[in-house]
Amino acid sequence: MTRPRLATGARLRYDEVREEHLLLVPEGAVRLNPTAVQVLELCDGERSVEEIVGVLSTRYDGADVGEDVRGLVEAMAQKGLLVDGSA
Amino acid sequence: MAAPKPFTLIAELSYQCPLHCPYCSNPVDIGHPKYRGELETEDWIRVFGEARGLGVLQLALTGGEPMLRRDLVQLCAAARDADLYSSLITAGTLFTRERAEALKAAGLDHVQISIQSPDREENDRIGGNRSFEKKIAAARAARELDFPLTINCVLHRQNLDRIEELLDLTLELGAQRLELANTQYYGWAVVNQEALMPTWQQLRRGEEAVKRFRERVGNKVDVLWVLPDFYEDLPKPCMGGWGRTAMVLAPNGDVLPCQAASTIPGLEFANVLEHPLEWIWNESDAFARFRGTGWMQEPCRSCPLGRQEVDWGGCRCQALRLTGDAAATDPVCRLSPNHELVVSARESAQTEEFLYRTTKRPHGSDVGGARASSANYF
Repeated sequence: MTRPRLATGARLRYDEVREEHLLLVPEGAVRLNPTAVQVLELCDGERSVEEIVGVLSTRYDGADVGEDVRGLVEAMAQKGLLVDGSA
Repeated sequence: MAAPKPFTLIAELSYQCPLHCPYCSNPVDIGHPKYRGELETEDWIRVFGEARGLGVLQLALTGGEPMLRRDLVQLCAAARDADLYSSLITAGTLFTRERAEALKAAGLDHVQISIQSPDREENDRIGGNRSFEKKIAAARAARELDFPLTINCVLHRQNLDRIEELLDLTLELGAQRLELANTQYYGWAVVNQEALMPTWQQLRRGEEAVKRFRERVGNKVDVLWVLPDFYEDLPKPCMGGWGRTAMVLAPNGDVLPCQAASTIPGLEFANVLEHPLEWIWNESDAFARFRGTGWMQEPCRSCPLGRQEVDWGGCRCQALRLTGDAAATDPVCRLSPNHELVVSARESAQTEEFLYRTTKRPHGSDVGGARASSANYF
């Protein structure tokens, strides 16, 4: 997974009724914590995983977010929710 | 206790359909005058907004055949405006490239196309209509327009042996999901149960074929496969629990807790032309009747497995059909005093002959009578 993007048909949204972030997919939804939302918003099929790490690290004053981001991307890819945009 | 927030609205836009599948989940009396009326465009649009306000996120546009609605493009646009994730559940025969483009532009999110069998002749025989080629063309059109695509196949004794071909066809069509939906025995499937009930050997072979496919293909195609109720000994949380996650809107505006709830005598269904959806979901009798655990009888009431809030007592319609009491424990449960009825139903496979779904009274049959006596069908 070099340049992740959301799988076809997956849509990020905030649910005002439940007050939580969700990733909507065909006939289902995945609840997202605030960190996951920030990562997924950057998964545009253009940025590499390392670039996403860089953006978020800068946003959080140089914090080391590499492991968290890579773990999340891998888990979402396993579930078929992220696909490789460079493929 | 406050009602949970619904997740899914199943919008049955029309009971009209070019296909005649003998296991259709629509009521067996779809020809009845009470089903003749269909909601107007503005009614549906209002309901979509009300549904979102209640918490609904997923909208299934189904039927019958939803593509028979001339306002479908408008309804898809309204779903997008209401911020609902919309799925079109179609037989595919009317899903031409031109209409698909219009639906895409309107904001339709996902397309699910049914296939009755991966074999052309068998598909057309089961659906009672020459439809296979159109379905394949529809699936290709959906993928060309980059719709996420689900192929749905209702499984039964007469097509289960083709599961391998079906898996390969799904892969070849570029679908992301394959829903292998075991026939559920309500609606028309009850009338045709003896022609549909699979054998245990077929299910085992099917399960193995799915396993091999998953190993070979990985997560490229998400295959949804669940053993049918009749071969289990603990019930499933039907509809995610009564009045917990989903509601069904019939074409005439009646709101039901599940597609088969109209088979339960004494349940009154409120209509969106008379009541706000919020009241129907939170307050109406049909939704309150079996919501939660307070209505449960023994053995559910003192469930030794602690599954009250896992399976929510199973399926009410199945309990009714098999025991005559909609508030009984689902006989699929091995703790039910009626579990033997489920065991014996597995052995009921006897005929290959279908009684086709129709709005007319099928020739030489008494469908109304079959429904009225469905509690004693075994």
